[in-house]
Amino acid sequence: MASDVTTREPVRFFLERFGLTEQVLEQIVGTAIARRADYADLYFEFRTMQSLSMEEGIVKTANQHIAQGVGVRVIAGDKTGYAYSDDVSVESLRLATRSAQAIAYESGESQAVAVHRTTPTHDLYALTRSPLEAPLTDQVDLLNRIDIAARGHNARIKNVMASVGVEQKLVLIVSSAGLVVGDVQPLVRLNVTCIAEDGTNRQQGTYGGGGRVEFDFLMQNDRYLRFTRAAADQALRNLQAVDAPAGTMTVVLGPGWPGVLLHEAIGHGLEGDFNRKKTSAFAELLGQPVASPLCTVIDDGTIANRRGSLNVDDEGTPTGRTVLIEKGILRGYLQDRLNARLMGMPLTGNGRRESFAHIPMPRMTNTFMLAGESTPEDIVRSVDRGLYAAYFGGGQVDITNGKFVFSASEAYLIEAGEITRPVKGATLIGNGPDVLKRISMVGNDLHLDEGIGTCGKDGQSVPVGVGLPTVRIDGLTVGGTHAG
Amino acid sequence: MSAQPLEEIAELLLAAAKRNGATAADVVVAEGDSLDVGVRLGTVEKLKQARQKHLGLRAFVGERSAVTSSADFSRAALEKLAADTCALARIIAPDPFSGLPNPADITTATPDLDLYDPEVAGLTPERAIALATEAEHAAMAADARITNSEGAEAAASTDQVVYASSVGFRGTYRNSGVSLSAVPIASENGSMQRDYWYSAQRKLARLESPDAVGRKAAERVLRRLNARRVATCEVPVIFDPDMASGLMRHIAAAVSGYSLYKGTSFLIGKLGQRIAPQFMTVVDDGTIIGALGSKPFDGEGLATRRTVVIDQGVLTNYLFDTYSARKLQSHSTGNASRSVGSAPYVASTNFILQAGTTSPQEIIRSVKSGLYVTELIGFGVNPVTGDYSRGAVGQWIENGELAYPVEEITIAGNLLAMYDDIEIIGNDLDMRHSVIAPTIKIARMTVAGD
Repeated sequence: MASDVTTREPVRFFLERFGLTEQVLEQIVGTAIARRADYADLYFEFRTMQSLSMEEGIVKTANQHIAQGVGVRVIAGDKTGYAYSDDVSVESLRLATRSAQAIAYESGESQAVAVHRTTPTHDLYALTRSPLEAPLTDQVDLLNRIDIAARGHNARIKNVMASVGVEQKLVLIVSSAGLVVGDVQPLVRLNVTCIAEDGTNRQQGTYGGGGRVEFDFLMQNDRYLRFTRAAADQALRNLQAVDAPAGTMTVVLGPGWPGVLLHEAIGHGLEGDFNRKKTSAFAELLGQPVASPLCTVIDDGTIANRRGSLNVDDEGTPTGRTVLIEKGILRGYLQDRLNARLMGMPLTGNGRRESFAHIPMPRMTNTFMLAGESTPEDIVRSVDRGLYAAYFGGGQVDITNGKFVFSASEAYLIEAGEITRPVKGATLIGNGPDVLKRISMVGNDLHLDEGIGTCGKDGQSVPVGVGLPTVRIDGLTVGGTHAG
Repeated sequence: MSAQPLEEIAELLLAAAKRNGATAADVVVAEGDSLDVGVRLGTVEKLKQARQKHLGLRAFVGERSAVTSSADFSRAALEKLAADTCALARIIAPDPFSGLPNPADITTATPDLDLYDPEVAGLTPERAIALATEAEHAAMAADARITNSEGAEAAASTDQVVYASSVGFRGTYRNSGVSLSAVPIASENGSMQRDYWYSAQRKLARLESPDAVGRKAAERVLRRLNARRVATCEVPVIFDPDMASGLMRHIAAAVSGYSLYKGTSFLIGKLGQRIAPQFMTVVDDGTIIGALGSKPFDGEGLATRRTVVIDQGVLTNYLFDTYSARKLQSHSTGNASRSVGSAPYVASTNFILQAGTTSPQEIIRSVKSGLYVTELIGFGVNPVTGDYSRGAVGQWIENGELAYPVEEITIAGNLLAMYDDIEIIGNDLDMRHSVIAPTIKIARMTVAGD
């Protein structure tokens, strides 16, 4: 499947596979920026995804998907012309270029562009073996072991659904700024869902993880067993869960994946496009306090082997570490090329796209809050009556009015400083610009999530990471059924 | 178009699968064009055009199967795909329920359901830009408080789908789709709100006018200005048609054969039971002429049909494809949906809550104090238990009138109790999605706020 040349030399892979030369690419990019365009780029992609799924004790489906294609983008002012094709040839590139440059109204001459190959400055996921090279029999075996482990964990686990996905995406970016850069992006993901039954009471628990890692990552330190037990325990705990309270109360978020709160509540609102267009609740608040002084929030695409990390973003810019909020003060936005140029701000390496069929946008990578000084135990002890949220299903935000929602799949009541009964079906709702101001304690236990996050924006999905220490939020609305 | 007709590519792939040891196989091939334009503050912001093709192969080696997809239509690539697929299938566990439909069940007819409009194929970028420009302008001009815009978008797509299987099915049809949307932003007293309206149809002539799309979007965003929160309470909740269609989507997911045999449906064991009031009937109908969810045959070559899912409050039918039907000793209802890259699964076609007789105005008038929901956010629906808790935006009702906008609240309940508590179904059914409902009033839900 993946030959050595693909994993080590992505640029050469594309040139050889599609019979292209750097001269041809220079010519096409040069034509693209004729007609007074400001910028043009080509994005080549070759992506192989494999997945195996198990349910009812047998691995019953196998999928393989190979996607290849090229996207041609031409930017003139704040206008973007885009054309893509899954047929990669000189002829289709010329056709796509003509379509894409229809956006630039003024005609002009083709410009000379000299491209030079660069190597990404980061090397965040160099693997000795591509995840695609993991023997399928090992993957089948892993899923079978998960089934046995979950059922053996507790007799009330009645069904186990697990899937393992391995992926390798090769990209080549050629821009009118003279850039030619390639990257090989591996991705591994394991998901486990358990159904627990007790009489007519049926509940579900889901857990998983992965990253830009080798397949063996899932086996290291019995990681897959830990994920399996977490899914099973979640389902079992939900069998005992009481109705969630309804109303405004103190909420403690556990470490790790609950960082999805940062992603929804403030991360999206700090993406450059929404701020350039002044459609974000955070527009024009740079330098202003937007959070409690206990909060420092970072977006970092450079953490080795993380699901949200990239050597270069999908416009060829090296990823970086961007301080979004420093001790409560708004310090930065996340940018792609178009928005950075129009706002006169630096590139941050956050221009991402789902595939060659999509226009890049400013997107998050790994977004997290730095650790504070409180112990998690002290934080829980400080709450007389409230909710402890340990794990979440997903969230959503309206970036214009800042309102966000997310659903707790594992939560507990806090009564007199103790975590007590599990509650089911709790939804948290709040206001992005307001919620971080209500953070009154930050734990010393920052954890990044296990590597399962996928973020959707304007119909495009990209892998992301989140992280959080334990935090106490004074007054968040909990949307349960149990009023009063 | 490809140099080679899609039907021939499908035949080549079926033959290649057989050569590589497949005992049965099916193939889906799709090719299409798309155009997407965005206009913001009166100028073109994006123009996106594409032609894309895909094919998907499912190969069985005895009771083992695998699914693959690719965009490479070359002879060599087809041969390799067939070999890869059969090799992949061989490592999978045998599943005695797997397989293609019984040959006697496949359809030989491909009814013309009027799913394709050549005018959509002929939509030029200039015309699309004009539609979007006009829609945005109508929204911006509606009121001085509309100060900004996320833009307006016009999109058109057409495709041809071919499905062929080794039990003898061969079928093809063309689809078209066109949509127009506007997303204005209103501000007042230092706070902003955003809302939208869109129209989506198979035919260009049926699209709502740009003026109507823009004006509705403006109306929707203006009524959200100066929204407040309310105190936590239990009140009647009215879902507008778009939000009510969400409640139908939860039923569609729960009656899927897959949710049932996996144990992930809150409607397990409810067949034949009353789960809703006697005035509630829900049908799935893939044969409606020109409708968004219609198709001449399903993803396994079975005829699409009309299935009554809830008949006067009683759950009468689940929805199946071949596999999930075999798992549950039932029969396919022609609801197999097949995307290029995955095995068939169950999907509703046109899933419709039949209209009642009460106007939405009368429904609102029936509420002394309660909530009219116009937007729901978040993922707080548990498909296993039906527990429901979502963020809501809407209008507070006082003495039968919409009194003021509300936001940053949640509504919660359990879907089984919510369907049972449906008090009124409106008469305002509009075929703008494939899953539709009129306005619905639920007698009581928990609203969480201050």
